[in-house]
Amino acid sequence: MSDKHNAGDVPTTGHVWDDDLGDYINQPPKWWMLGLTASAIWCVVYFIYYPSIPLSNGGTWFKGVAGWTAINEMEADKSVVDEVRGKYEAKLKDMTPAAILADSELTEYVTRSGKVLFGDNCAACHGQNGVGTHDKQGLFAPILNDDDWLFGGKIDDIHTSIVGGRQGMMMAHKDMLSEAEIDTLANAVATGKPTSTPLFTDKGCVACHGADGKGIQAMGSANLTDSVWRFDGSVEGIKYTIKNGVNAGTPETRVAVMPAFQGAKLSDAEIKKLAVYVYKFGGGQADAPAAAQ
Amino acid sequence: MNQEVVKPEADKKEVGEVTTIYNEFETWTWTVNMGDKTIHAKRMPGFFRTFKDRAQLALWLPFFFLPYLRWNDKQAILFDIDHRQFHFFSLTVLPQDIWMLSLLLLVAAMTLFAVTSVASRVWCGYFCFQTAWTDWFTWIEEKIEGNPTARRKLDVAPWDFDKIKKKGLKHLSWALLALFTGISFSIWFVDAFDYWNMLIHFQLPMVGWVTLFAFFAGTYILAGLLREQTCIWLCPYARIQAVMNDSQTILPTYDYTRGEPRGKIRRGGEVVAPQGDCIDCFQCVQVCPTGVDIRNGQQLGCITCGLCIDACDSIMDKIEKPRGLIRYASLDELSGKPAKKMYQHPRTLVYIGIIVLALGGIVWGLTHLGSMTLKVMHERQPLYVSMSDGSIQNKYDFKLLNKTNKDFQVKVTAEGGIKDQVIIGAEHQPLIHHGRGTSFTIFVKAPGKHANKDTTPIQFRVESVEDPMVFAEYTSKFYAPKK
Repeated sequence: MSDKHNAGDVPTTGHVWDDDLGDYINQPPKWWMLGLTASAIWCVVYFIYYPSIPLSNGGTWFKGVAGWTAINEMEADKSVVDEVRGKYEAKLKDMTPAAILADSELTEYVTRSGKVLFGDNCAACHGQNGVGTHDKQGLFAPILNDDDWLFGGKIDDIHTSIVGGRQGMMMAHKDMLSEAEIDTLANAVATGKPTSTPLFTDKGCVACHGADGKGIQAMGSANLTDSVWRFDGSVEGIKYTIKNGVNAGTPETRVAVMPAFQGAKLSDAEIKKLAVYVYKFGGGQADAPAAAQ
Repeated sequence: MNQEVVKPEADKKEVGEVTTIYNEFETWTWTVNMGDKTIHAKRMPGFFRTFKDRAQLALWLPFFFLPYLRWNDKQAILFDIDHRQFHFFSLTVLPQDIWMLSLLLLVAAMTLFAVTSVASRVWCGYFCFQTAWTDWFTWIEEKIEGNPTARRKLDVAPWDFDKIKKKGLKHLSWALLALFTGISFSIWFVDAFDYWNMLIHFQLPMVGWVTLFAFFAGTYILAGLLREQTCIWLCPYARIQAVMNDSQTILPTYDYTRGEPRGKIRRGGEVVAPQGDCIDCFQCVQVCPTGVDIRNGQQLGCITCGLCIDACDSIMDKIEKPRGLIRYASLDELSGKPAKKMYQHPRTLVYIGIIVLALGGIVWGLTHLGSMTLKVMHERQPLYVSMSDGSIQNKYDFKLLNKTNKDFQVKVTAEGGIKDQVIIGAEHQPLIHHGRGTSFTIFVKAPGKHANKDTTPIQFRVESVEDPMVFAEYTSKFYAPKK
C-alpha cells in the first residue's frame, strides 16, 4: 500500500510499518480458494486410494483401496511385452532351428531378442557379438562370426554344439616326436601346407586332421590349411600345441572346453534361438535348402 | 516514490509531440478491465466489422469442415497420430520428415512478426481463434439476451423464469458450439467419419475423451467466460506483438491533435472555448471488445480490431465532420513526420527474409521427400572378421524406410569398396514394408589381399526391383586389419 496506488476502501490489518506501509486484508480470489480446497481433498483421496502410510506393527502398511503395487504395475507392463513376444515364442516352440532360419520374420525376432541371451550365457567366453576372448595362450574361446567351424557351421551343427557342449582333444606329442620332427611339422603347418612333409602321414597326424589336413568335423579336429587359428598360429605356438596337445590332462596343455547348455542352463527354445542368433553372426553355413515345414 | 525524476530532454524530443499521449505513467492511470466487470460491447456495422466477420469465417470455417473432405477414399488432410503419418491429399509425410513442421511454425511465427511490424496486431484483431470464438459467443449472447443495455440489466436482475430461460439457453448454445469445436479439433487427428461413429456409440478411447473435454472446456471458459481477459492476461502474443510496433507501424489511432480538447456538443450554445472534433460520445469505448479507450493511445488491451474506427466514423458522419478521427495511422504520421517507405523498414525485411528462407526449406523438403530412406550402420564389434579363406568380412545393419504406399522388394548394390568384393545377405531381395521401418543385415566379403587400407569408403545403393527410380544411397566404410 503506497500513497500513489490507493486501493480504495479495502480495510487493512491495522499494523503500520515505516510510517505508511500497511497490509490489506483482501480475500484470496474464490477460484484460488476452490483450488486449494480441491487440492486438499485430492490429497485425502490419494492417501486412501494408494498405499500411503506404514503401520506401527512393523513391516505392514496401509495398502490403499485400489490394491495398487509397483510390482503389479510392472507385471502388467511385462504382460504387454509378453503379449507381443508371445506369438513368436509360440511359433518357435515347435520349429526346428533350420525352419526358424527359413522364416525371415522369426529370424528378425530372434536376432533382436537373442542379444540378451547371448550376453548372459555365451559372451563370457565368446565375447560380445562372438568376437572371441583371449588369454595368455592366445584365443580362449573361438570367434563365432567367422566361417571356420571345427564342429560344423550349419545351423543344426551349431545347435548340437550348444545342446551338448564340446571338448577339443589332441594328444601331447612331446614324448612321441623328436624336437626336429616337431619343428618340421610346425613349420609345414604354419605355411598352411601340412601335407608338404611326409611326417604328417608317417606320424599319424592324418588320423585326426585328415589326409588333406583339413580336419574332420566329426572329431572337431582343426583345419590346418586355412588362415584361421584356434590357438596361436605362429611357429612357436604351433610347436607348443603339438607338444602339449589339447585337453591332454597336463597342466601345460591347451584348454578347449565348452559346457553343455541343455537342461538346467537353457530351455530348448532358448537354445534354438541362440543357434539362430550365432548363425546370423555371419559365419553360418547354409544347408542344402532347408526342408520347409 | 520516483516522482521527482527528471527525464532527459533528448528522451522527450525523440518521439516528438505524441510523447504525452503515449506516456501512460504521467498522464493517467491504467483503465484496463481486470475482469471485475463483464464487457458488453456494442455491435456496430462498418467496414472493419464486415472485414472481421469475413476474415474470421474465412480462416475458421475450414477448421470445422475441411476434415470431411475425402481424397482417394481417405481423409484429405489427416494428422494420423495413431499410425504416425501425416496425409495431405496424395502426399504422405512420415515422422522422419517432420522437421518441415518446425519450418512451417517458423513461417507462421515470422509472418505474424512481419504483419505486426507493418500493421500491428492484425492476427489478434481479425483472425485469432480467441477473437473469433469470443465474437461468435457474444453474437449468440446478443441474439438471446439482447443488446448491451439489456444484457447489463439482465445481469443484475433477480433470478426469475425469464432470466433462467435466457441464461440457460445462452449457456446451452455456448456449450454446443464448444462441443462442436472440440469435435472439429479431434477430427484433424482421427478419421472424421470414424470419429463421429465412435462418438455417438460412446466408444472413443480415453485420450479421445480427454481431448474432447479439454477443448470443450477450454472453448467454453476462454471464449465464454474469460473473453478479453485471455488477451490481456493469458496470451503471450499480446506482449510479443506489442513490442514489435514502432513509429512506422500503422494501427488504429486516435488523432490527438484533431480531437482535443474534446467536449460535448452544446446545442445552440456559443463556443466558450476552442473545441476539437471529439465529442466525447464514448462510442469507441462501447464497441471495444476489450473495453479499452483508444483515445489513450496504443495500449496492451488493444487488439487492433478497428471496431472503434467504424464507431467513430459513423459519429463523424452524423456530426458532419470528416471521417478518420480514429484511423489506421502510424505514430510518424500522427506527429507530422514524413511517412517512410516500406523498404526503409529493415525489421520487416528481416522477417520477410526469414520467411523466404523457411519457405525455401519446406519446398526443398517436399521436393526431396524421396520414396525411401536408407541408413547403414557398420557393425562396431567386431569391425571386421578374418575368414578361413583369408578374406575379410564386414557386417552392416541396413535400416530402410519405405515412404511409398506399397511394399516392394529391393536389391542391394555397392560402389567403391574393395576389388572383387561380394555382397551377401540380400540374394532373396528383402521385402520392404511401406509406412514403417524394415531392417536387415548385409555382409560384404572381400579378398584380404585387396583390402590394403584400414578403411575404404563404400557406397550402398538399395533400389526397388520393380522401379529403379525408387532408391536410396548411403556411404559407409569397409574396415580391414591394419597393415
